[in-house]
Amino acid sequence: MSEDAGALHVLTLTELVRGLREGRFSARELTETLLGRIGALNELLNAFITITEDQAYAEAEAADRARASGNAPLLNGVPIVHKDLFCTRGVLTTCGSRMLGNFVSPYDATVVERLKKAGAVTLAKTNMDEFAMGSSNETSWFGPVTNPWNHDRSPGGSSGGSAAAVAARLVPAATGTDTGGSIRQPAALTGTVGLKPTYGRVSRYGMVAFASSLDQAGVITRSAEDAATLLGVIAGFDERDSTSVDQPVPDYVAELARPLKGVKIGIVRQHFDEGLDSQCAARIREALDVMESEGARLVEIDLPTLALSVPTYYVVAPAECSSNMSRFDGVRFGHRADNPTDLLDLFCRSRGEGFGAEVKRRIMTGTYVLSAGYYDAYYLKAQKVRQLIVKDFRNAFRDVDVIAGPTAPTPAFALGEKTDDPITMYLNDIYTIGANLAGTPAISVPCGFAQNLPVGLHLVGPHFAEDRLLNVAHQYQMLTDWHRACPEGYE
Amino acid sequence: MSARDPAWEPVIGLEIHMQIATVSKIFSGAPTAYGAEPNTQASLIDLGYPGVLPVLNAEVVRMACKFGLAVNAVIAPHSVFARKNYFYPDLPKGYQISQYELPIVSGGELRILDEEGRERIIGITRAHLEEDAGKSLHAGFDKFTRIDLNRAGTPLLEIVSDPDLRSAKEAVAYMRKIHTLVRYLGISDGNMQEGSFRCDANVSIRPRGQQKLGTRTELKNLNSFRFVEKAINYEIERQKEVLEDGGSVVQETRLYDSDLDETRPMRSKEEANDYRYFPDPDLLPVVIDEQFIRSVRETLSELPDAKRERLVAQYGLRQVDAEILTMSRPLADYFEATASESDPRLAANWILGDLSAALNREGLDIDDCRMTPAALAGLLVRIADNSISGKIAKDVFEAMWAGEGSAADIIEARGLRQITDSLAIEAAVDAVIAAHPAQAAEFRAGKDKLLGFLVGQVMKDTKGKANPAEVNRVLKERLKS
Repeated sequence: MSEDAGALHVLTLTELVRGLREGRFSARELTETLLGRIGALNELLNAFITITEDQAYAEAEAADRARASGNAPLLNGVPIVHKDLFCTRGVLTTCGSRMLGNFVSPYDATVVERLKKAGAVTLAKTNMDEFAMGSSNETSWFGPVTNPWNHDRSPGGSSGGSAAAVAARLVPAATGTDTGGSIRQPAALTGTVGLKPTYGRVSRYGMVAFASSLDQAGVITRSAEDAATLLGVIAGFDERDSTSVDQPVPDYVAELARPLKGVKIGIVRQHFDEGLDSQCAARIREALDVMESEGARLVEIDLPTLALSVPTYYVVAPAECSSNMSRFDGVRFGHRADNPTDLLDLFCRSRGEGFGAEVKRRIMTGTYVLSAGYYDAYYLKAQKVRQLIVKDFRNAFRDVDVIAGPTAPTPAFALGEKTDDPITMYLNDIYTIGANLAGTPAISVPCGFAQNLPVGLHLVGPHFAEDRLLNVAHQYQMLTDWHRACPEGYE
Repeated sequence: MSARDPAWEPVIGLEIHMQIATVSKIFSGAPTAYGAEPNTQASLIDLGYPGVLPVLNAEVVRMACKFGLAVNAVIAPHSVFARKNYFYPDLPKGYQISQYELPIVSGGELRILDEEGRERIIGITRAHLEEDAGKSLHAGFDKFTRIDLNRAGTPLLEIVSDPDLRSAKEAVAYMRKIHTLVRYLGISDGNMQEGSFRCDANVSIRPRGQQKLGTRTELKNLNSFRFVEKAINYEIERQKEVLEDGGSVVQETRLYDSDLDETRPMRSKEEANDYRYFPDPDLLPVVIDEQFIRSVRETLSELPDAKRERLVAQYGLRQVDAEILTMSRPLADYFEATASESDPRLAANWILGDLSAALNREGLDIDDCRMTPAALAGLLVRIADNSISGKIAKDVFEAMWAGEGSAADIIEARGLRQITDSLAIEAAVDAVIAAHPAQAAEFRAGKDKLLGFLVGQVMKDTKGKANPAEVNRVLKERLKS
């Protein structure tokens, strides 16, 4: 029999991998413990849309058998949850939308497939903003997720369910997707680690598209080390995604040990201009001081296009969204209106009923910016600005190894606070959107508290420098304990 | 409207939609085979399922390049797939992946013969890759429409001509030429019944001598050469009537109804579409380098125009025969195989004559021809060496066609060998002159017509086996004195 099964939830993914390998507890026990916690604690959080209990036990038992027979893969028996945007074979895949409220995917996304192959056990599908459009998890058809640090607060979004589940120690790790900050911002708001890899590093196959040129799959964990382990599993070329890049996957875990000494960290002047909560700013400066004291060199840099990133994003992303959402027409899958009178009625009512307000807003914005007569002024112009932003980052990375700053302008905001003001909501992603537009990797790591709520430190690196980002984040976590802080009631 | 109208000049451009003959679809691995049960050849990608992504079929690019090189066009080093957005039940993703601003092929040309047999050069504006949509089936399901997505994602090459065509006949000649070319290249089966080769026509007319183009209409649903000709002619006449009555042509899309032989406007709602094209972020630009183009060029076999000229030069064929023989590569191959063992001009005559007639009679293609080129050559050799006459050869041909054996076997079995022995012919001629003294005398007196009668008698007596030329010669010689 195992060690104290009741305490398994506090272990990080890395610790669980070790424990399972050494046989200190079984995958079945671990699964049972976490499903028990989910059953007890999820109601208030609303972090999940589907709990895949039967499948989880079957997978856990298979993992235990694999271990017994001596051929256990890397993540054998490690529990994980998937954002409900990843297609999971035979399991409801809703994207947080009424539109796909009845959609059971006939196939696994590449990310899901790779994690399964590595032995991971899927416990649940996580709640999210509808089709990943939102920064607060309030656009979900299945209701908002609450922040385990304060249940009146938003966990951020769109991967809010994933972040809340990891923060609340219901699971050690979750997958997420990040189009404008949807992994990093909820990670910051819940005190977890959120990694968005380089565009093309992880396959988008089976990840329901929001804005195809910006979407990237990633992970939410409690430590950079855990993120490194998972990235090693999910990264790599996939012939089913033409935009995935055929480049070798480094051993991210092996790279973690490099010292901070000599690392050049860029501090963006514009990050501290205005709009940044003063306590958040203080936490960021403290984090930078910690790294400087370990020998990292802080270099002030400019990102003159920072202010352009939100408006650029809100042309490009809705444009692609408007087209990506077209396949949801009530004809082949998903929500279909009852008793349509004709074809147009079928289309209009199925979509009208199936989509929520934020998705509709973006479809309309996107349709507008692509329309004849407006295309040049909006879409084409935005693409040009996007090139400037790419250039800005490229220039910056000539002088520094990583760029550090805040992940979000404020700690977790109250549920309902921004729902009537889309622009304010959009501005929550001001620090994260640049990495999506430029396609660069970025990570958010916990760096303290403001108003008793977690604050995230944002690190951005050049393309395919996930190893460096994870290394810097890990070294920082070796010096700090912020990532070990646990919300009250979830210890 | 085959006669040239003195007042109006038609201006026509064609958009040909050609199915590319790949085994699998343009963005998925699903098969493209025709005629399967509905919705059995559509993968999740073709169905536009959530989360799936398109992956370009490399063979499609290679075949498009082949076409581009064959029409002397520019192959774009960088071409881009775009999304054409519109809602339709048989368009699963709500957009069609097509090429818009940057097509893979542009600026080519094609030579055709106009109605007077003069060579004309028709510009090819562009050829771009796109995916086909599915099919909506409206008949037989009560009030419902059913969707068959087998065709969704089938690779198409849309070949757009310049507005260089000046009559319906020219348009057909151009379309036929493209049809021949793509089958030569092996990039399409050109099957029009199955919709692998169909076209839209842009038609306008203008007063002769005027440079400015008239307002055009776009004719859709033209799926045979005959309909292309009829629809364009109908449309030219219709536009003429409109203009001559003082009206003006409305720029619109019109559907050709082959049952009524007329064109009529499609619902205007369909034209109000704003397709909101933008580059497809799921696909990388298609990058083609010189080396790739070279490798494709190396696979290009001899093209119809070059082959026609070679047949004329190498075998001394008439242009018109060479043109027909090179309309299909198997036919030209058949000819060359036959000509390698017999007289080329005789081979051309027989292939375009009796052999084609026999094939037509049974609705066969040259590919299905039971008679091998060697067998036909075996017959032609017997004609050339005077073993049999051309007339008897036709009987032998039919016997061969019926499977009775080789030319040699049939000639032998039926005793058809021609009498070329001059002594035997002289004897036969003498016998006829003796049997018909009156006719012989009249011929001597100048009634030349009677020679035919006398030749006929000799042929009859020899059961057609005497060499007719020899009989003529001997008769004239005998009756001269």
